[in-house]
Amino acid sequence: MILVNEEPLNWHAGMTVRDILRVRNYRFPMLVIHVNDVLVAKADYDTTTVPDGAVVKVIHLISGG
Amino acid sequence: MSQLVFDPSKVMDIDYTKRTEYLDQLEALRAGMRTVKEVPFQPSLPDKGYTNRTLYVNVGSLEVTEKPVTQQMKDVFIGGRGFGLYHLWNAVKPTTRWNDPENEIVISPGPVAGMTQYAGTGKSLVVSLSPQTDIPIDSNVGGFYGPLLKFSGFDALELQGKAEKDIILFIDGVKGLIRVEEVAGGPEDSHVLAELLTHLYAEGEKDLPNVSVVSTGAAAAHSLIGMLNFSFYDRRRKCVRFKQAGRGGIGTVFRDKRIRALVVRGPKVAGDLNHPVDPETIAKTGIKYHKEIRENDGGQCMMRRNGTAHIVEIMDAYDLLPVHNFQYGSHPEVHKIDSSYWQQRCTQHTVDGCWYGCSMACAKGADGLVLKTGPYKGDMVTVDGPEYENAAGLGSNCGVFDPDYLLELNFYCDTYGICTITYGTLTAFVMECYQRGILNKERTGGLEMTWGNAEADLEMMHRMARGEGFGKIAGLGVKKMKEYFIQQGWGDPQLINDIGMENKGLEYSQYMSKESLAQQGGYALTNKGPQHDEAWLIFMDMVNKQIPTFEDKAEALYYFPLFRTWFGLNGFCKLPWNDVVPANNSEQPEAHKVPEHVQNYVDLFSATTGVKIDKEDLIMQSARVYNFQRVFNIRMGKGLRLHDAAPYRSLGPVTKEEYESRAERYDQQIITEMGLDPAGKSTEEKMAMHRKWRTDRFSKLMDSVYTRRGWTLDGVPTLARLQELGLDAFPEVVDVVKQHL
Repeated sequence: MILVNEEPLNWHAGMTVRDILRVRNYRFPMLVIHVNDVLVAKADYDTTTVPDGAVVKVIHLISGG
Repeated sequence: MSQLVFDPSKVMDIDYTKRTEYLDQLEALRAGMRTVKEVPFQPSLPDKGYTNRTLYVNVGSLEVTEKPVTQQMKDVFIGGRGFGLYHLWNAVKPTTRWNDPENEIVISPGPVAGMTQYAGTGKSLVVSLSPQTDIPIDSNVGGFYGPLLKFSGFDALELQGKAEKDIILFIDGVKGLIRVEEVAGGPEDSHVLAELLTHLYAEGEKDLPNVSVVSTGAAAAHSLIGMLNFSFYDRRRKCVRFKQAGRGGIGTVFRDKRIRALVVRGPKVAGDLNHPVDPETIAKTGIKYHKEIRENDGGQCMMRRNGTAHIVEIMDAYDLLPVHNFQYGSHPEVHKIDSSYWQQRCTQHTVDGCWYGCSMACAKGADGLVLKTGPYKGDMVTVDGPEYENAAGLGSNCGVFDPDYLLELNFYCDTYGICTITYGTLTAFVMECYQRGILNKERTGGLEMTWGNAEADLEMMHRMARGEGFGKIAGLGVKKMKEYFIQQGWGDPQLINDIGMENKGLEYSQYMSKESLAQQGGYALTNKGPQHDEAWLIFMDMVNKQIPTFEDKAEALYYFPLFRTWFGLNGFCKLPWNDVVPANNSEQPEAHKVPEHVQNYVDLFSATTGVKIDKEDLIMQSARVYNFQRVFNIRMGKGLRLHDAAPYRSLGPVTKEEYESRAERYDQQIITEMGLDPAGKSTEEKMAMHRKWRTDRFSKLMDSVYTRRGWTLDGVPTLARLQELGLDAFPEVVDVVKQHL
């Protein structure tokens, strides 16, 4: 289990940042993502794996309006 | 997550230079015009962003006067919305209503407006007493009128009085002439009128971009929701296009004053017309920003390809797109009107900016639309947009997923002078009333206002423009429709009030706020009414969970409305702030504020005016105007806690269908948020539990926000807050507040 934006999400081995975005349907293009307080660059979403128990923050920049 | 990729081969092959022209009506229009007043003036360019004078025109008495801009005006009100509110305060009394002659329309661009080195710098603010809310409304608009007004010699234009016959006010900033002309006959609708007037007042083809027209359309004379079109000449398309000052019915005030149009002819625009103190900083900041747009926009919001419509599918994905009068947040047919479609339908062979130098260039246009209905049936037109608000309001919120009909609705809203946001929300309300039996075919005069019935929707709009039947009733807006339906005994008053999406008399703009308490406040705890330009906090609150406590939300509802107010004081567009961000933005503290861009604004203001400010000063500049506006509302008999009340549809599920469509979410909230057990409860019982919880927490939010803003729990700025802001220098302001403390 991991926490994504304070909410639990089932974890599986090899889970990447991209997988989280897909599962959560996070389609907004301007994101700031931290895994256990470490910033993940956009270019690394496909390759950065997320450990079990991780705390993930997916900050959507404001846009809108 | 999939990022839309632009495929040029899919763009429709539409000739963007072809459209129906109306210039054959020019001679008839000219023949119906008669000069009734002509006054010379000395044209002048700004110094450090200010021309240091404003123009007052009384369209009734034909008084034309110049007024000085004082240092106090600059220090306290800055420009734009600040100047508008300052002039309006001095013009009206607490008893003044929108259609009294002393009500004004004030147009002011702000000191930075007209800059050509940075993106989004051509905005004007329009301020008036609103026919919908009876308090000041401010509307932020692009197009060329504001900057050309300033480059002609005026930091603001005040329009007061009422003419007996239709008039056109022409300001020639090259020759130094102000002329009032009566006009008999001729077109009213913007796409025809502005084309004719642009050609009438331009001195040759090369002069066309130096002319801008403010106009409205036929519906403004028969409704309370009239909008103003500010024109700009599109050199590549060779046509007149528009940006809109939409909210709050200023177009209605305009026509009530019998102003047919305002026309300005300014000097040829160049990069140094503001005479800034530090052009090097402006150039350097602009170059850095343009590079950022060029390099990043394609991988971020794609504003240059899609305009603001890029968020249609995103709002749908997050259950935030208004569907069927804000009942639901997504719809399976959204793909028909999302940006993957508009990217193909809008012309992509040209750069679309609504002011010089805007590299964000999001003023997209859909060319080659042949109209199917109405007085211009068969004409081929260019439609400005569609913007997100139009696609969501005229589209999903009314169940219209046919893009051609959506464009036609968009076109007629524009040319008739109807605010698209307001029209979308009021039509969605009408359709839900129709669905629930509050309205029927007899009550609508034969209009079958079912979800998605675009033909009936268009017919209602045509009737609104003609001032006929149910079209006229709809043109009163949601608040007055609610009162009317209840008065007629047509339905349950609580249901009608719950589903009518207005606050202070203004219709909600097109975002779902049910699952974001902060956005509920972002809409309702506003000065002018529920328009997202004060605060858009849904992602921070609902998705990111960045602001979990009441205090966190209150802080966001302190900072962002003030930060965004600042754009309207200066002549900036909000979009370049955060619809693209620097590549290293994610590494910055408070990335959601886009700190590098905030610093750009600080630098641009200082470099233009010579007044050195920092980020904290920026917020204080806004706070003065924001609190002044709150006091202005109180002076007009509104502006208190009770006026910030929100319709329940904006807070939670009103109907059984709404609840049951998201039952898992709502049931879970009963457990986790309320600490109760939904098991064995009927839907009605669970809805009642939600209603209590949601209204209670909204009330607590009000307490927190008012406290953070330095207001009493009744929403009144305290004397201490006024002193802190220097507003105690205005005894009238203090007097208003004292009556409520």
